[in-house]
Amino acid sequence: MGRQTTIMKDVKILGTGCPKCKQTTAIVEETVNRLGIEATVEKVEDIMEIMKYNVMVTPAIAIDGKIVMKGRVPSASEVEAILKN
Amino acid sequence: MFDWIQHFADWLIYGLFGIGTETHLGAALNFFVYDTLKILLLLFLIVTLMGVVNAYFPVERLRNFLSRNQLYGGEYLLASTFGAVTPFCSCSSVPLFIGFVRGGIPLGVTFAFLITSPLVNEVALAMFLGMFGWKTTLVYATTGILLGTVGGWALGKMNLQNYLSDWVKQLWENAQRETEALEEAPQTLMQRMPDIVRGAWDIVRGVVLYVVIGIGIGAAMHGYVPENFFAQYLGGGQWWTIPLAVILAVPMYANAAGIVPVIQVFVAKGVPLGTAIAFMMGTVGLSLPEATLLKKVMTMKLIAIFFGTVAAFIILSGYLFNLIF
Repeated sequence: MGRQTTIMKDVKILGTGCPKCKQTTAIVEETVNRLGIEATVEKVEDIMEIMKYNVMVTPAIAIDGKIVMKGRVPSASEVEAILKN
Repeated sequence: MFDWIQHFADWLIYGLFGIGTETHLGAALNFFVYDTLKILLLLFLIVTLMGVVNAYFPVERLRNFLSRNQLYGGEYLLASTFGAVTPFCSCSSVPLFIGFVRGGIPLGVTFAFLITSPLVNEVALAMFLGMFGWKTTLVYATTGILLGTVGGWALGKMNLQNYLSDWVKQLWENAQRETEALEEAPQTLMQRMPDIVRGAWDIVRGVVLYVVIGIGIGAAMHGYVPENFFAQYLGGGQWWTIPLAVILAVPMYANAAGIVPVIQVFVAKGVPLGTAIAFMMGTVGLSLPEATLLKKVMTMKLIAIFFGTVAAFIILSGYLFNLIF
């Protein structure tokens, strides 16, 4: 048993600061804390930075630079599944 | 289809609360409960339907399609129609805009999408269906889509790329027609359905309060605004009433849920439908918060041209409506 010794996950929430993006950030932060996942959660609000990820709908979640969800507010269980992957 | 809601409202107000059917209060409350439930149900159905459409045709796919194909003008109509069936969120306008620009899609086509997206949105459709019936809703949606199409086309003719923000202009110059597909792995509809329904539920939950307040204000106005009050000032068919309605509408970026019940009162008290619809379109289609967001990608001059053109077409369609109906 014991937790896998993984590298810190780099979780980014992309969004221009709309209510949906704030909701998403809250859900992700809450899930990361609850599961005790080793991850840095960062909110990206700069539009030029967001566009580097090639997303057209926000909010979006990127893990280690890869988009894993976009266009809606995820549920906690969904975030859990994404983070555990 | 909505009989059972009426039965429920009757049971709740006249039965459970024991308010007399003959009283003003009873009738008003019954009406209120019925309207609210009906509109929320319609909204849920519409958003679910849009979710299904978007599951098959995500906006990325539209972008890629437009980027690869020459449609000889049909692209304006396609982009505009797509704007109508995509659930609108003002926070996505900028990423969408950039995504389109980078895909080498002409600015006019992008504008067609941007115009229709807030104009014909899910909340507006549900409110119109609930308060005016399907014919007026159809007229509204068709007008909105045509307005986006023609407006986008007209803006496209103006060669506006020089008025983009500098960094967007660079993107525009380096834009490439899309070759690789930028799409998620396909999922079956059944896999997506829970998400779609949950998304629809979230949207309904988010606007419940506005629907209730909107219908409440509408009901109150019905009772207190004298018959033909507006007709005296706005409804006499004076030529300046439509431009005035649109100008008044711009700073009123109330959402559709709040504005449609008020418009219904306007119409009931004698304002011509065209003037009312122009007001509605000005409210949802030309909003100052959206203009602020667009400042990141456009110069003020371009925003002014964009809003000015859309306003002009809204006014024009208002005249057209009043002429026809």
